[in-house]
Amino acid sequence: MPRVVVKPEVCIGCHLCEVWCVVAHSRSKNILKAFLYETPRPVPRVVVEENLPFTLPVHCRHCSEPSCVEACISGALYRDPLTGRVEHDAGRCVGCYSCVMACPYGAVVMDEVNRKIARCDLCKEMGEPTCVKQCPNRALVYQDSFTS
Amino acid sequence: MERFDYLIIGNSVGAVGCIETLRSFDKGSSIAVIGEEPHHVYSRALLPYYLDNEVPVEKMLYRPVDFYERLGVTPVLGRRAVGLDTAGHVVKLDDGRTISYGKLLLATGGRPIVPPIPGLDTEKENISNFVALQDLQRISRLLPLARRAVVLGGGIIGLMAAEALHKKGLEVSVVELAPRVLAPVVDEFTSRLIEEAFRRSAVAIYTGTTFKEVQGGERATGVVLTDGTSLPCDLLVVAVGVVPRVDLAREAGLAVNRGILVNQQMETSAAGVYACGDCAEVYDFLMGNRRVLPLWPNAYAGGRVAAYNMLGMKREYDRATSMNAMHFFDLNIITAGLNTAGEKDGFEVISRFDASSRSYRRFVLKDDRIHGFTLVTGIARAGIFLHLMRRGCPVTSFKEKLLEGEFGYLTIPEGLRRELLIDEGVMSEHAVANQ
Ligand SMILES: Cc1cc2nc3c(=O)[nH]c(=O)nc-3n(C[C@H](O)[C@H](O)[C@H](O)COP(=O)(O)OP(=O)(O)OC[C@H]3O[C@@H](n4cnc5c(N)ncnc54)[C@H](O)[C@@H]3O)c2cc1C
Ligand code: SF4
Ligand code: SF4
Repeated sequence: MPRVVVKPEVCIGCHLCEVWCVVAHSRSKNILKAFLYETPRPVPRVVVEENLPFTLPVHCRHCSEPSCVEACISGALYRDPLTGRVEHDAGRCVGCYSCVMACPYGAVVMDEVNRKIARCDLCKEMGEPTCVKQCPNRALVYQDSFTS
Repeated sequence: MERFDYLIIGNSVGAVGCIETLRSFDKGSSIAVIGEEPHHVYSRALLPYYLDNEVPVEKMLYRPVDFYERLGVTPVLGRRAVGLDTAGHVVKLDDGRTISYGKLLLATGGRPIVPPIPGLDTEKENISNFVALQDLQRISRLLPLARRAVVLGGGIIGLMAAEALHKKGLEVSVVELAPRVLAPVVDEFTSRLIEEAFRRSAVAIYTGTTFKEVQGGERATGVVLTDGTSLPCDLLVVAVGVVPRVDLAREAGLAVNRGILVNQQMETSAAGVYACGDCAEVYDFLMGNRRVLPLWPNAYAGGRVAAYNMLGMKREYDRATSMNAMHFFDLNIITAGLNTAGEKDGFEVISRFDASSRSYRRFVLKDDRIHGFTLVTGIARAGIFLHLMRRGCPVTSFKEKLLEGEFGYLTIPEGLRRELLIDEGVMSEHAVANQ
């Protein structure tokens, strides 16, 4: 199951992954239009933690036994057995935030304006995730799970 | 007689947790689920969200309409299991039919409590519980003509029902026997924040009292409280909790306490018979003993562990404990573990309240570990705390940081962080080795 893996030692904390994530999930897919005219603006689905000099981007892991799916009261979150991806059907989401409680990585982002949540969907309609493409220091890689 | 390799009684989240896990490993065996309610699997936890004049049943379905078909499950709906013979591996239905099974899961949930109070009878047209689709449909029919509602019970479900009714324009009163709302679920400080949120929205909350009697004949017209207060109403919702449905198990001779007793493999005292969810008593890893945990994630996870063991793949349910995500008006709240425990119970408690944002955090600590926590307002990334608690991670060295809004993995000391992030490959192998 490919997902976004981080090399924190080369992350420079520029937060561009957050910016491009917003663009990728905007209606226009245009950076200026997305930031200037789209309201509500989509929330970034990656969290870049900062404890300077360290920074750490965190994306949904698409877990094999996802705690978020276990906790989701609406069925909005589910794991697609064919692709292994954990999907979120925003139309069914009621904003109970049970998944925020459950996700061990803090990878569920609260979208309080719409009272929904958002998580990394791997930009599945665009091939490679946009953040991976745009990271100026190649701190993000799109790769299959590894075992330690 | 029909026979299924796997038979499940109860068609809700516990059943789904079991079915989805069975099918990830075993595509060939036969599975059937018996459900007393005539509906496709839906979520009762969505009731407060769809309290409206027209109930969109499709939106309340927990899994898509082709769920049974796609997973090769035979649904036996609108039928109640009335007998269980564990020696003969046979379940008897209310229409006289019998079904035999290889392995059985009891996921029969809970039954709503109706306290013995004169005049309190859910057979009356405007008195309803709030646990099933049928209750929601009934309340929805009454809504257009209802002006005043009284909710008995100031727990999560009662308060959610009260807020939903308030938002439909009703004048709502909540009556709670304990001296504060949500008494067993949150600490006193959080209770006060919640009560304040309700009062600000003009929902009346009566604590430390209950109904002396319900007035009216076929229709309830009002209630009189034990302190003499009289509250007229045209809708009465009873939400004082559920008790595990154990009748079938008890009659079959299974070991039952408050709930059906299971071991950590979710197996009951009868071999090949498992139980999960609201009907069962599971091992709480923080309490160190068994208790009923009537919570959504517990039913799903219990069903999953049961499935593994039904498949002969040994698995233990060792991460169960209390946890709640709830919201009332503008307050978002997440609690987990022994979040209400205090110093008198031998725990260390650290907390912080910020009056301007009304955000509150409370951590219950012992032996270098988190035993429980409460987050009000600043709930983002709460799962990290649950993760630390479930893994039993040492937190003393950074405990003050737990109270800070921006808590994240970078706040956790490097060695522990690496350990926590390796499982699902957050960091590259190289980074893990080099950090
Ligand atoms: C209004 C409401 C809101 C809630 N919100 C939350 C929330 O936000 N978070 C949370 O964690 N929990 C919540 N809960 C609790 C949660 O819904 C339950 O913990 C969960 O539904 C338990 O699932 P279960 O599979 O054990 O059983 P249930 O959902 O209770 O289902 C059991 C099913 O079995 C059927 N059944 C029983 N006996 C038989 C029989 N003999 N034959 C055939 N069928 C039978 C019943 O009819 C029922 O359909 C809420 C509950 C309610 C009522
Ligand atoms: S949201 Fe969290 S729990 Fe769910 S799949 Fe992603 S990382 Fe796993
Ligand atoms: S917030 Fe939405 S996705 Fe998350 S648990 Fe609730 S309904 Fe499911």
